Amino acid sequence: MMQNQETVVLQGHIIDSLILAKVLDTILMLNGTFDLQDVQIGKTREEPSRARIIVQASSAKLLSEILHAIQPHGASVESERDCKLTEAPADGIFPDEFYATTHLSTQVRVRDQWVEVEGIEMDLGIRVDQARLTARTVPMGEVKRGDLIVTGREGVRVIPLQRPRDRDVFSFMESQVSAERPHGHIIGDIAKRLVQLRAGFREGKVGSKVLLAGGPAIVHAGGREALTWLIDEEFIHVLFCGNALPAHDMEVDLYGTSLGYGHVAGRVLPHGHEHHLRTINRIRAIGSIEAAVRSGVVKTGIMAACVRRGAQVVMAGTIRDDGPLPGVITDSVEAQAAMREAIPDIGLALLVASTLHAVATGNLLPATVPSVCVDVNPAVPTKLADRGSFQAVGLVMDAASFLRELARELDWKL
Amino acid sequence: MSRLLVCPPDYFGIEYEINPWMRRSNAVDSGQAVRQWHHLMQVLEQEVGARLERMQPIPGLPDLVFTANAGVVMGRKAVPSRFRYAERQKEEAYFEDWFRTHGYDVLTLEKGLVFEGAGDLLGFPDGWFGGYRQRSDIRAFSIISEWFTREILPLELVDSRFYHLDTCFCPLSGGELLYYPAAFDRYGRAAIAERIAPERRLAIPEDEALKFACNAVCVGKHVTLPTGCPHTEQLLDARGYRLHPVPLDEFMKSGGSAKCLTLALD
Repeated sequence: MMQNQETVVLQGHIIDSLILAKVLDTILMLNGTFDLQDVQIGKTREEPSRARIIVQASSAKLLSEILHAIQPHGASVESERDCKLTEAPADGIFPDEFYATTHLSTQVRVRDQWVEVEGIEMDLGIRVDQARLTARTVPMGEVKRGDLIVTGREGVRVIPLQRPRDRDVFSFMESQVSAERPHGHIIGDIAKRLVQLRAGFREGKVGSKVLLAGGPAIVHAGGREALTWLIDEEFIHVLFCGNALPAHDMEVDLYGTSLGYGHVAGRVLPHGHEHHLRTINRIRAIGSIEAAVRSGVVKTGIMAACVRRGAQVVMAGTIRDDGPLPGVITDSVEAQAAMREAIPDIGLALLVASTLHAVATGNLLPATVPSVCVDVNPAVPTKLADRGSFQAVGLVMDAASFLRELARELDWKL
Repeated sequence: MSRLLVCPPDYFGIEYEINPWMRRSNAVDSGQAVRQWHHLMQVLEQEVGARLERMQPIPGLPDLVFTANAGVVMGRKAVPSRFRYAERQKEEAYFEDWFRTHGYDVLTLEKGLVFEGAGDLLGFPDGWFGGYRQRSDIRAFSIISEWFTREILPLELVDSRFYHLDTCFCPLSGGELLYYPAAFDRYGRAAIAERIAPERRLAIPEDEALKFACNAVCVGKHVTLPTGCPHTEQLLDARGYRLHPVPLDEFMKSGGSAKCLTLALD
């Protein structure tokens, strides 16, 4: 969301003349808000006072009206400089002193105007198009020689995250992660969000998609049915995973085991460890997961639900992968790019039982997207919750329990 | 002895319209204007005891007669005006030249920062008030206040008929303030009330405010003001001021009266 704000300075004998009071009243009367940055009050009657005021408004038009109204009372826009732009010296290399982004909304000043940086994500650079007056984050690997990249900190401002309006677990997070906290109400709040987002998704509203980034523990621990149901019911629309989650999900369908462990038998089956390899091999022979589902080879589970529902799946491979399955992106820069492309439409992210995919996804998300990190290892949710966002909730619990509880909140009957 | 800068009305007339009082159709009777001006000068010199410094009138500058807008003077320092309207901007050089040739240190405001001199900057020995919004830019006051190490409380002028502070606000030598409250908004009225005790605030009625009763020249216990303001005269008389009503209706056609025709130099 575009934050419309401008810093103004008011100086002179502004206290006893009530000029400061008049300017602040005017801002409020016009439905703006203000933040008094600093007020220096003259120590004697002769000494002038000075106030820096951040004026905020819900639209650029309203902001301009407010500035226009307070300007005759001496509130002048603080002179600010354009951001410094330096050409990238070569493909894939930022200029020295490049500005590294945070995951918070950011604006850069170009030709005396504040321009919203698009595609907010932490640890990237900012590329500016001076002709179009646009700015966008750019990963190091994608920068092209001659691109104009923001350097230094002048002319860059980061907008602090506004406390969300919804009164739920995301709106008053204390960034605390504890295994001892009751999870019930948190899962209840997540379920409410899922219901709201599904309604938005069905109306085609932007930013209504729910992302789940997950690891194979979901399948091993018994969360497969719940997740399948959540996808089938259109509560989850985007899946980020590696090679293992789909491999073991389809292994259950084809062999009744995950990593050789019989789901029904409750024990390791003879030669069961080969099942996931045979599964991968089978899918490779068919050519794609989608073809395996459409041809009826794979009938149940998470991947089948994704294919049925048309959920977007980004599979990012790692160096220990078997196979991998067709569709797994083995180039990690390409995988990042594919994940990044899916981010802008996300309204909630569930990061479940995967350190690798949870951290990678967390890095891609702007602070404005609420996220829930679920892991039995407290280190993972702690890392994610420490990203300085009101809206990162950490849950130390087993993936299957989380998904089952969440699905039950949403009336899953099993 | 008080010294006042004045300029004879040789070329006074209404040649343009830059305030609600001015109507080109409402022609000035030049002979009458000259007679009224000389009458005012006679009162100021002979009855009030002021010393007058006369500027050379310039053809084509009809408002040069309103020397209150030459600038503002304190001690040997002068800040010449920067007029809002192009019609009066031509006067700036003549006023500035007068200050320089008479030995003042001239402090100049940046171009574009409008400030119309003692028309918008008035006060008491310990603190000044600045009228803004109609003619002067509020930002000029913080600069002048630093130059002179004086408090200047800005007051917004909200009625275009009272387009300069000296048309609705007149500090008196005894610490009283003659003023027309409706020319200010509630913030301005509150700021005035904060600085001036109730018994010293002399509010005048609208009909006399519209005769520019506040556009008076106070020198010691003498107050020279336009005729036709009995309520104002009564208020001042009760506080021991000696009153000198002078007919100045030819100058009212241009939106000026006694105070506008003078600039206090000491």
